[in-house]
Amino acid sequence: MNGPRCWRAPLRGAALWCGALLLAGAALAVDVTPPLPTPVLQQRYESLTHELRCMQCQSEALADSSVSLAADLRLQVRELLLAGQSDDQIRDHMVARYGEFILFRPRMTWRNAWLWAAPTLLMLVGVWVAWRVLRARARLVDADPADFGDESLEP
Amino acid sequence: MNRFLLPLGGFVLLLAVLLVGLKRAPDKAILPSPLIGKPVPQFSLPNLFDNTQTVNSDALKGHWSLVNVWGTWCVECKAEHNVLLQIKQEARVPIIGIDWKDQNEDALTWLAQLGNPYERVGTDRDGRVAIDWGVYGAPESFLIDPAGTVVYKHIGAMTTQVWQHEFLPRVGAGPGA
Repeated sequence: MNGPRCWRAPLRGAALWCGALLLAGAALAVDVTPPLPTPVLQQRYESLTHELRCMQCQSEALADSSVSLAADLRLQVRELLLAGQSDDQIRDHMVARYGEFILFRPRMTWRNAWLWAAPTLLMLVGVWVAWRVLRARARLVDADPADFGDESLEP
Repeated sequence: MNRFLLPLGGFVLLLAVLLVGLKRAPDKAILPSPLIGKPVPQFSLPNLFDNTQTVNSDALKGHWSLVNVWGTWCVECKAEHNVLLQIKQEARVPIIGIDWKDQNEDALTWLAQLGNPYERVGTDRDGRVAIDWGVYGAPESFLIDPAGTVVYKHIGAMTTQVWQHEFLPRVGAGPGA
């Protein structure tokens, strides 16, 4: 409730309140996996655990889930990173066990290619329809400007 | 009139696609396993009854087997226990148990009290083997053919219905039955 308002208020109290809220978030963190030795690895760990799904509580990412399977999988991500595996290798490792569903960002395959193409196709259809409508209107004005004028005066 | 036919047709088509999608949408709690048709994941676990021995993937070769992932903390596992005992009595398919993230004492007490349907039980204390099997909730049951290939997976409690309609027909039809 106080979230949006505290950014607007220039008061020191409000800033403190915001800080307290941020700290509260850190205190509630569920991920107790030991940190990785380098910031780069830690960064890769963070992004991987945010893009992999917790299979037990399916709308949560591994990073945010408190169930024990998620903790086990976070540890496994950490170990694979330490073993020198690439992000793609780690994703493949998880997909081989749990299927594509574990990825929050689905990959493009022949089976789902039409889904990826759909927005472009729909946009082309839209452009085609708009072009036809505009051309029809232009022709209407050219053909009988008086008629068009009369019609537009009608209530 | 004609100018409405195309959008109307489009709308009906979209409606049909969405309706079919809704009808055929799989239950979100039951996800297909990528392991089906693949060789079983290699594992070697301490034997629950004798931790100087191991239970490993070789135990699944040469005959049909049912791999059942369970734990004493799992409520559904209690619900399926009698069905597992019946399957043991049938003596067609031996059951290999993977005791997942559990305590040995708890597991031994459970089996002593409720009866032991398993031919062998491996203890997966840190949950690594369960991850290799793509387990995301107990109980889960896998049907393995004599070549060591995963043929079918059932998520949730085993029932007589599921055993007779999903598992046994596959055993009957497959090679080496």
